[in-house]
Amino acid sequence: MSRATRPPVGQEAIAVHGWWHAHRFLVLRRISQLFFLGLFLLGPWAGIWLVKGNLTSSLTLGVLPLSDPFVFLQTLAAGHPPLLTVATGALAGAVIVALVYALIGGRVYCSWVCPVNPVTDAAHWLHTRLGLKKGWQPKRGTRLWVMAMVLAVSALTGSVAWEMVNPISMLHRGLIFGMGFGWTLVAGVFIFDLVLSRRGWCGHLCPVGAFYGLLGERSLLRVSAANRAACDDCMDCFDVCPEAHVISPALRGSAGTSPLILSRDCTNCGRCIDVCPESVFRFTHRFDDRTSDDPVQATQPGATRAA
Amino acid sequence: MNVPFKSGSPIDRRRFLGDAARAVGGCLVAGTFLARMATDARALPAQALRPPGALDEAEFLGACIRCGLCVRDCPYDTLALAELGVDGAATGTPFFTARDVPCEMCEDIPCVAACPTGALDHGLTDIDDARMGIAVLIDEEHCLNALGLRCDVCYRVCPVIDKAITLEVEHNARSGHHAKFMPTVHAEACTGCGKCEKSCVLPESAIKVLPIRLARVDAAEHYRLGWEDRQPLVDELIDLPDRLPGPGTDNLVTPGGFEPAFKLPEALK
Repeated sequence: MSRATRPPVGQEAIAVHGWWHAHRFLVLRRISQLFFLGLFLLGPWAGIWLVKGNLTSSLTLGVLPLSDPFVFLQTLAAGHPPLLTVATGALAGAVIVALVYALIGGRVYCSWVCPVNPVTDAAHWLHTRLGLKKGWQPKRGTRLWVMAMVLAVSALTGSVAWEMVNPISMLHRGLIFGMGFGWTLVAGVFIFDLVLSRRGWCGHLCPVGAFYGLLGERSLLRVSAANRAACDDCMDCFDVCPEAHVISPALRGSAGTSPLILSRDCTNCGRCIDVCPESVFRFTHRFDDRTSDDPVQATQPGATRAA
Repeated sequence: MNVPFKSGSPIDRRRFLGDAARAVGGCLVAGTFLARMATDARALPAQALRPPGALDEAEFLGACIRCGLCVRDCPYDTLALAELGVDGAATGTPFFTARDVPCEMCEDIPCVAACPTGALDHGLTDIDDARMGIAVLIDEEHCLNALGLRCDVCYRVCPVIDKAITLEVEHNARSGHHAKFMPTVHAEACTGCGKCEKSCVLPESAIKVLPIRLARVDAAEHYRLGWEDRQPLVDELIDLPDRLPGPGTDNLVTPGGFEPAFKLPEALK
C-alpha cells in the first residue's frame, strides 16, 4: 500500500487497541525523560536536593555516585590517572552506570534518559509533517568513527574533548546550571535533523549513543518480534523506529532464525510495540527466542541460540 | 536489497577501503576542529580563578568532567560553571570571579571533597595551602594607602593577615614628612582567595588576584643571593656579647673614647 492510500502511522493500532495501548511506551518514555531531568532540576528550582550534579557525574541522596562512563573514558584517554578517581567516586560511579546499561541495553540511555531525544524526536515529527527529504544519510557506523575520533582528540589534547561541544551536556547542564549560548548547539542538532539529515544526529553521528550501544552489545532486555507470523506488512514499525535497520533481521527472518532484535543500535524505546496493530512485538530477555512461527521451539527449554 | 557481495571479493574490499577512507577523512576534519577548540579552551582569562586545589590548567581540563558538584557544595555560591559564550573559562568548568564573590576559604574545603575525579586535588587538606592565584597591588597610583592614606581594607580582610599581606612603612616623598603604609603581598602565604580584591574601596579594585602563571616569575638560576646562600657570611664567626651604651651599664660613652655629638640628658648620665 502506498503512503498516500494507507492510514497515518499508528492509526490502525489506535483503532484496534485504543489510544493508550498504542502510545504507552511513548508516554512512559516522555515521563521517564521528564523524571530524570526533574530529579536534577528539583534541587536548583525547588531546593530539594535529592540529586546533585548533572548527567556527567552526580551524587544521589549524598551516597550514590553516578558518572557517565564515556566521559570517564575520555578523562582516561586525556591521561588523568584513574587511581586518583578510586577514592573520589568517579570510578565507582562510572562502573555502576556501565553495569546497569550493560544489563538493560546501552541505548536505553538514548531513548529513556537523554534530554536531546525529545529535541530530535520533535525535529523528526516536524520533518515528517513538512514531508521533507531524507537528506544526508551517512552510514550507521559513522558514529563509531566519531567516537574513536573523540577519544583520539582527548588523548592528543589531554582534555575531555567531547564535553566542549556535547549537545547533551549543553542542554542538561544548561538547564541546571545556566545555559549561556549552549542552546545554539542544541538548536544546531534540531536544524540538522530537520533539514539536513533525517534522524541524523542520534541515529548516525552521536558518539555518546555509539558508546552506549557498544556498552549494551550483550544486554539482557530486548524487543522480540515474537508474533512475527501475524505481521501484515503495514510498515508502521519501520516508520516509527529511529533505527529502522534493526527490525528486519528479527521481523523478516525466516523460520528458525531468532525473532529477537539483537542489534546494539536498538534503543529499546518500545515504539514498535506501541504502533503494531497485530501485537507482533514485546519486551523480553535475550534468551527468550520463542516465536509464533514455530511453536515447537517455544516448548524447548534452553533455546539459547541468541546468546 | 543490494546484491550481496562475496566476502573477500575485490569489489567488497574496494568498497570497504573507500568507506573507511571517507570516514577517516571526515573524522580528521572534524577532529581538527575539535582539537583546535580543546586547545583554545586552555586560554583561561586572567580574572577567572579556579577552585582551591585545582590541578594545573592543562591537567585540569583532562580531569574535570564539568559535573558541578563543587559548585553545589560551595556554601557561599562563589563557584559557577562557565557558560558557553558568556564566561571565558572552558565551557562547563568551575571558576569564580574574586571581585564578585571571593573564596571564603572554608576549613573543610567542601568543593574539593565533592570533586569526583580529583580535578580538585584531594591532597589539599589545609586551605591555607591553596594557591588559587596571587594578589597583586596592580594600581599604585590609585591605591589609597599608596597615596599616604590609611585605608588598610585589603590588609584587614586578608584571612592570612600579616603573612600574605603586610603593611610596609615607606617614606612619603610627596609630603616629605609622613609615612606610607604600602600593602605588600607575600606570595608564599597568599592563597589567592580574592577577599582583598573584593573589598577594595575603589570603584575598580586596585589589588587583584592574578593566576600564578601571570603573577609569578621564576628566579634566575645564575643569580645567587649571597646573604641567603651563606649564613653567616664568615664561617665560625665569634658572637661576642653586645655591650650597648645606656642606663644600667657602666658604658655610658661608646668604647674608644668617642663622645656623641648630642648631649645626653642629665637623667641618663
